[in-house]
Amino acid sequence: MSWLTKLLPPKIKRDQPVRKSIPEGLWIKCDSCEAVLYRSDLEASEHVCPKCGHHKRIRARARLDLLLDPEGRFEIGAEVVPVDPLKFRDSKKYVDRLVAAAEDTGEADAMVVMQGAIKTVPAVVAVFEFDFQGGSMGSVVGERFVRGVNAAVEQGLPFICFTATGGARMQEGLFSLMQMAKTTAAITKLSAKKLPFITVLTDPTMGGVSASFAFMGDVVMAEPNALIGFAGPRVIEQTVREKLPEGFQRSEFLLEKGAIDMVVDRRELRDRLSQVITLLSRQPAVTNA
Amino acid sequence: MKTTFLDFEQPIADLESKIEELRFVQDDSAVDISEEISRLEAKRQGLTKDIYAKLTPWQIAQVARHPQRPYTFDYVEHMFTDFEELHGDRAFADDKAIVGGLARFNGQSCMVIGHQKGRDTKEKIIRNFGMPRPEGYRKALRMMKLAEKFGIPVFTFVDTPGAYPGIDAEERGQSEAIGHNLYAMAELRVPIITTIIGEGGSGGALAIAVADQVHMLQFSTYSVISPEGCASILWKSADKAPEAAEIMGITASRLKSLGLIDKVVNEPVGGAHRDHRAMAVSLKRALQDTLRTLTELSPQELTERRFERLISYGKFKELAA
Repeated sequence: MSWLTKLLPPKIKRDQPVRKSIPEGLWIKCDSCEAVLYRSDLEASEHVCPKCGHHKRIRARARLDLLLDPEGRFEIGAEVVPVDPLKFRDSKKYVDRLVAAAEDTGEADAMVVMQGAIKTVPAVVAVFEFDFQGGSMGSVVGERFVRGVNAAVEQGLPFICFTATGGARMQEGLFSLMQMAKTTAAITKLSAKKLPFITVLTDPTMGGVSASFAFMGDVVMAEPNALIGFAGPRVIEQTVREKLPEGFQRSEFLLEKGAIDMVVDRRELRDRLSQVITLLSRQPAVTNA
Repeated sequence: MKTTFLDFEQPIADLESKIEELRFVQDDSAVDISEEISRLEAKRQGLTKDIYAKLTPWQIAQVARHPQRPYTFDYVEHMFTDFEELHGDRAFADDKAIVGGLARFNGQSCMVIGHQKGRDTKEKIIRNFGMPRPEGYRKALRMMKLAEKFGIPVFTFVDTPGAYPGIDAEERGQSEAIGHNLYAMAELRVPIITTIIGEGGSGGALAIAVADQVHMLQFSTYSVISPEGCASILWKSADKAPEAAEIMGITASRLKSLGLIDKVVNEPVGGAHRDHRAMAVSLKRALQDTLRTLTELSPQELTERRFERLISYGKFKELAA
């Protein structure tokens, strides 16, 4: 947590980090089918409801824990932290929102990048943290993404990105829009070195992230029933003044329309990602130990 | 053509109608009032200058959307010759919200691509208010690739409220179409010179604005979300758009000072819509200079320089390790 304490201006530093104590309930209700589940069962099934298959949104570090082998992983780009280039303020100052989001999530911004291995296959993995400002992409997300890509390029590793985002971060204005150009430019370097770039679109993947590198993956995967699109459903409804079709902008809809390669259950992601990477890089299959 | 006046131009409109009246009177009057007319005209000019010197970001957004503002085809007419329009994405349709084609710029072959809005209701609908669908972006991409193949520089003109948020657009991959353009433009081995001529609306604008040099007309705007969109998210009301325009930093001068665009091109007094030709003349001068500098670079130097530009966007802090 040292970087977090460094991030907080001294005047708001507290003597003791306040821990919001959430009682660890034994039971948890599925958001989709409302089945009452043992928390431990849900955790064991990677936060996928064992009854209905609903994929619960998960935090970036939880995602990395599920995905990467425990040994030899390390974080990239944590030294990059946000500033407020526009002195943006609506009902609240942007800097205050950043501090609040950092306190809530324990993250300095909406992306965590790690190098590690998936079933012994080395890779650099970038994951959006949706709980931080709706996973919105501002300068820090862009820069951490680029540093992850650079690490992959330098070491000849594949690069994987898990998206979970509402789009570009409004509070950084045009700087955020330019992150679309920046991140997408960065992945041309992976292509130049024939390193696999794989995107895994999770719920939700919208706006400026969807419309930049998300669909530029060599292989584009999505978790089941994730909301994926450029414009939000409400905006579309207001524009066209009609009801949206059932399942519109969901993973299965995109698969049907030819926009993505595959819909993959979270519990199979380790297998499928390591499989696709080894296939693309002409390596032998990973043996299940 | 009669000028359409914006709300904040009311004093100019009043003067204008006074001048009109006098002109009418003069036609059948023995008294010479031409002196009075030219006095009022000078006053109107001064007033216009004063008002336009102090526009708020929200007022600038109104000018950028002015119904008489020059659109891409107007610049084609005034700055280029031998325009050959190209059509279609070769897969689905010809999107009329993005237009383009081959042309000559001071005699030199080039590719022109831009958003196109309509002037009257009928044309507005045909042009979908300048909001492209995926096939529009794919048409633009096809033209850029064609330019690259023949070593022809690309000029793009941005003027869109945004990419079209419709069911069909989503079904055909609006996100992919925009993302693909960003990717391809990062690598394109010919100069790309972009001018924001009106509204630079978010991803729908950026999809033809990844460039070696980005110009903005003095009263154009460029933003990550429309002021109305920003206001309805932050204040739950589109009426707060003026406030949103203020805080987002959407004007040419602000974006220049933030280092996000390269050059502000001044507009004629009272905005580009008052004199299309004069606007085109000064923009052409700026574009010529830019093209000359970029033409000196080899394709390799050009793409490396562009990559460095793109990668350097963003403001953040770096903690000591």
